[in-house]
Amino acid sequence: MSGTYLGMPAFPRAARAAVADTQLRRNLEHATGTIRGRRAEVVAELDDWAELRAAGAAIKDHTLRHLDRYLVQLEEAITAAGGTVHWARDAAEANRIITDLVRETGETEVVKVKSMATQEIGLNDALAEAGIMAWETDLAELIVQLDRDRPSHILVPAIHRNRAEIREIFRRAMADVPADLSDDATALAEAARRHLRRKFLAARVAVSGVNFAVAETGTLVVLESEGNGRMCLTMPDTLISVVGIEKLVPTWADLEVFLQLLPRSSTAERMNPYTSTWTGVHPGDGPQALHVVLVDNGRTGVLADRVGRQALRCIRCSACLNVCPVYERVGGHAYGSVYPGPIGAILTPQLRGTAGPLEASLPYASTLCGACYEVCPVAIDIPEVLVHLRAKAVDAKRRRVLPTAERAAMAAAAWTLGGPRRLGMAQRAAARARRLVGRLRWPLTGWAESRDVPTPAPESFRAWWRRTRGRTE
Amino acid sequence: MITARNEVLGRIRAALADLPADGADSEVPRKYRRAHHDTGLVDLFAERAADYRAVVRHTLPDELPAVLHAAARVRTLLVPPGVPEKWLRGIEPGRLLLDGPALTPAVLDAVDAVVVTGCAVAIAETGTVVLDHGPGQGRRMLSLVPDHHLVVVCADQVVADVPEALARLDPRRPLTFVSGPSATSDIELTRVEGVHGPRDLEIVLVSHG
Amino acid sequence: MRIGLFITCFNDTLFPRTGKAVTALLERLGHTVVFPAEQTCCGQMHLNTGYQREAIPLVRRFARAFADLDAIVTPSASCAGTVRDHHARVAESAGDDRLATEVADIAPRVYELTEFLVDVLGVTDVGAAFPHRVTYHPTCHSLRALRLGDRPLRLLREVRGIELVDLPHADECCGFGGTFAMKNPDVSVAMGTDKLRHVLSTRAEVLCAADNSCLMHLGGLLSRLRAGTRVMHLAEILAAEEKAMSPARPHHRAPGARRTEHV
Repeated sequence: MSGTYLGMPAFPRAARAAVADTQLRRNLEHATGTIRGRRAEVVAELDDWAELRAAGAAIKDHTLRHLDRYLVQLEEAITAAGGTVHWARDAAEANRIITDLVRETGETEVVKVKSMATQEIGLNDALAEAGIMAWETDLAELIVQLDRDRPSHILVPAIHRNRAEIREIFRRAMADVPADLSDDATALAEAARRHLRRKFLAARVAVSGVNFAVAETGTLVVLESEGNGRMCLTMPDTLISVVGIEKLVPTWADLEVFLQLLPRSSTAERMNPYTSTWTGVHPGDGPQALHVVLVDNGRTGVLADRVGRQALRCIRCSACLNVCPVYERVGGHAYGSVYPGPIGAILTPQLRGTAGPLEASLPYASTLCGACYEVCPVAIDIPEVLVHLRAKAVDAKRRRVLPTAERAAMAAAAWTLGGPRRLGMAQRAAARARRLVGRLRWPLTGWAESRDVPTPAPESFRAWWRRTRGRTE
Repeated sequence: MITARNEVLGRIRAALADLPADGADSEVPRKYRRAHHDTGLVDLFAERAADYRAVVRHTLPDELPAVLHAAARVRTLLVPPGVPEKWLRGIEPGRLLLDGPALTPAVLDAVDAVVVTGCAVAIAETGTVVLDHGPGQGRRMLSLVPDHHLVVVCADQVVADVPEALARLDPRRPLTFVSGPSATSDIELTRVEGVHGPRDLEIVLVSHG
Repeated sequence: MRIGLFITCFNDTLFPRTGKAVTALLERLGHTVVFPAEQTCCGQMHLNTGYQREAIPLVRRFARAFADLDAIVTPSASCAGTVRDHHARVAESAGDDRLATEVADIAPRVYELTEFLVDVLGVTDVGAAFPHRVTYHPTCHSLRALRLGDRPLRLLREVRGIELVDLPHADECCGFGGTFAMKNPDVSVAMGTDKLRHVLSTRAEVLCAADNSCLMHLGGLLSRLRAGTRVMHLAEILAAEEKAMSPARPHHRAPGARRTEHV
């Protein structure tokens, strides 16, 4: 599964197809509606949620600000606890390191715990090229992998599938599927359990991401629900953990904030069923070889942007996806990256740059309604970053001699609004042409296809005021 | 050749060049609560653990062996080294299996037994038990592969909330936070209990004598 | 009180009726309304679309136009939000310290209409009468930028004869989003259609809000559907009186329909 979906159309085109997919619309409406309500309930239980959120944001900001120091501290602590730390500038380097580590074990299969970082770097494809099969063990990841599909949600990558579709995928692609498999969720989970158990028992190498890495102690943390994480983290001999450099927190005690913020924001539970923490190698218990791969892959570029760097606070809870009205209608695929929804709209263009049409369109894939900011457990002001990225895109194009149509229109609007006399003239001209406006297509095509166009009033407010009140201030 | 390590660290320092040098940043505001409840913690813990479909039983210290004895009548008890002997008083040796290196993953998978462990701390607010896999708690695999896990929680191990729990725990140990049996919400975001971890989680809550 | 009306360029040009309603309402409550003619636009469209530089002169003009007024009232939650939350940043990015001071001075005096009525004038019963079934959509800027809360509803509840019905899923965005409606028309319309599903489920005759921009989007959809529900700015409901009980004009109509504007 590649983290960079090549050749994706710009967001509006992909979204056009998605909003027409009736099954997708119903699946997403049901799933996001369910979790929105549950999240609101468990968040409301804590009367200090605002204080936890402020602390979470501040801890992350502080960490990012001293990221060099904390990374070095983490490296020392992990090394002292018997682990080995590797550094990767980009996806290719990370994939090379991980592939070499697996090769050294002589294994040709690895089990994987769901990890955004490994999806981002396209690890599974890189391993496949080296003849190594990576088995996804998270239920939703398994569904996506069996269907040769792409994940569409950070927490629930198969959110775009309903139980009937999942049953069909299992029947089609799962080698040892029970003949009488029903579409009951319990039965589907049971089928996945049996399918994966043999792999867990035989696995010698596992690859994981982490939710948090504690600089002070070298402790790595994974939150999960199904137990596939515990299987991967404890059964094999070798564990390779892939860590984006923004995953750090300074101290063990800092986790007290995030272990409250993350489960309630993510799975909408007071606590997720399983959280595992490990520090280096524990003799006689779990993997006896631990490799930690610290990955940059564009993060330092995000860090350099004064407004955009707050995106690195993200703890991948996906609360912003679940409340986003745009995401609810189009799903994750239209965002063309492993990071869909509002956070993807600010992360993807920053991580990858805005040269491609998809990346360039993402900052506009939002109404700026603000629902994402409201639920973000680390207070990322996503609308602020979206507008900032729009401004960066506009400014980058200012160097061109020929203005874009939009820039010309914006300049014209600014000129018209430059004074009451110009505005009044424009209003009178519009009023004279008002009979035409109702039939106007270009430049209002996108509007007029489904919505009536408002007609300018025959007399503007300012003209009425002058006529009836005689004078203005 | 410049190493990836030095290059990444260099990029970070360059990226942060707009910020004033070290030490000028503001304090992290920690105005959140250390605990959301200060009384009735044991009952709260029981209620919250049951919310996530753990089976919770209350007992007194003297009655714990009887509870385990009843469990042993149905299935063998699989116990880690270090479980207090008084817990197991009166249980026939034939109904007890002691964990050890001979119990490979395949054996643990096949065994029809209840794994009995203690825990390091329990969190009332979230209904969580935390194992640090020290004496009486077993290696991580033990409480993962078999399908039935019984955790003995003593009332004095129950703390109010996450901050207090973390303060009691040693991060140098491997830790497993368990809140109910394994579950998934990956199908239509509907919660289903029982995936890869134990499908039955039983908590025996031993109150003060 | 001498109150400056910030009409907004959008209402000025497309929905003058809303400005007239605000004027009538404030005068009925015994206040003097002034209209600084130098005003044009708060720059919201430019700012939200990324044209910060083009917005600088607009911000400067706004600060100049309203400099000497104690209270500035606008019938637009999103424009009030732009002045209060974004003008300071524009001044900063322009590197203009004097403008920054002016902006910081003015921002706290800018009120959205319902805020002004409830918080400053301390009234909820404004003497209005409107015997129609009405539902209220809290626009995103009303809800999350200005945090108007239940102020609009408290005002509406006091209107004589009104039958106010709750809008299901009220806090969800309608899909307008400024240039979003043009750049992503499919998603915008999908969101608008879902919003209308909830609006129509209330069987309200009138859908009102504190922003004509969202109402233009929803009204454009409603009239295209011949849905039998119309949109009105809530200022127009608050301005309505018993003696002038003839129904207000719909904002939108099918293209080609006969129109007889009254002003």
